[in-house]
Amino acid sequence: MSMGAGQIWLIIALIGAGTYLIRFSFLGLIGDRKLPAWVLRHLRYTPVAIIPGLVAPLVAWPEATGGSPDPARLAAAAVTLSVGYWSRSILLAITAGAVTLAFGLTLFG
Amino acid sequence: MASSRPNSYFLRGARDALPFVLVVVPFATLFGVVATEAGLSVAQTMGFSIVVIAGAAQFAALQLMIDDAPTLMIVLTALAVNLRMAMYSASLAVHLGAAPFWQRAIVAYFNVDQSYALSTVRYETEPDMTLPERLVYFFGTMTPIAPCWYIFTLVGALVGQAIPPEYALDFAVPITFLALVAPMLRTRAHLLAAGTSVVVALALAGLPFGAGLLVAGFSAMIVGAQADLWAERRSA
Repeated sequence: MSMGAGQIWLIIALIGAGTYLIRFSFLGLIGDRKLPAWVLRHLRYTPVAIIPGLVAPLVAWPEATGGSPDPARLAAAAVTLSVGYWSRSILLAITAGAVTLAFGLTLFG
Repeated sequence: MASSRPNSYFLRGARDALPFVLVVVPFATLFGVVATEAGLSVAQTMGFSIVVIAGAAQFAALQLMIDDAPTLMIVLTALAVNLRMAMYSASLAVHLGAAPFWQRAIVAYFNVDQSYALSTVRYETEPDMTLPERLVYFFGTMTPIAPCWYIFTLVGALVGQAIPPEYALDFAVPITFLALVAPMLRTRAHLLAAGTSVVVALALAGLPFGAGLLVAGFSAMIVGAQADLWAERRSA
């Protein structure tokens, strides 16, 4: 990261203000009117729409290896995803992924 | 005994939220560690957790800051991750819309995944709750969660300063995100949205300023919503 302190604080303030406005939106301004169904339908998918796209390039081309795919990180990603999917437990998935990564790095690294 | 009931709803909210503490504590600690490892000061790390108070968006912003993405793209991506909270706001407004403005303003700050989920479930299973009981329950759920979020971010930030950078912490953010997303993949619509996001993001990774991620996010939202609509029509 090559950002100055001012830029970092600006980012924090803008995300904070924007997030607050999103949280306040219907509570504050619109009262107890209901959102149209099609809007709710799209909002329901925001986390699964953004996060996988953010992670995919980090898994496929990790910066730590200079952007070339790396067996330890690919295995850790696959294990995290599978354990999280089957167990529905965030903590179990993080632990399994971290253990796989540590093991993979000693094995391949 | 009407006066003692809001009080017991406060305790019920706090008790219902306790299991979430098990997730919040390591998640906050991890954010503190990764943020300071990435080069944020302890004050900036705490600033994130207090001002933004939204784990997934904080991790998303942090990753893009590590990648030196432009400020506008970092802010837009983090806000896109938080768009779901408009939905939370809309469902809470149905139950709390009659509260005074200043109370709704405080509710908005604490409108997070856990308080929203616990409260709306409680309001729907007990439709006879009064407005004060609803408010008190809502704040009860945040009583264990918000302090844990702040305190363990600080613990992580202080620990992070002591961890040497050669540990493979570059991959802590991807693992955290995968662990967050995997349990959300409950339906075919969620799977299709996630798959679209991955494919479009990888295909457009060459676009400047992280624009590919925003395109991926919005196309995945549309795919998810359409698949949802299709499944609903078929089962109707």
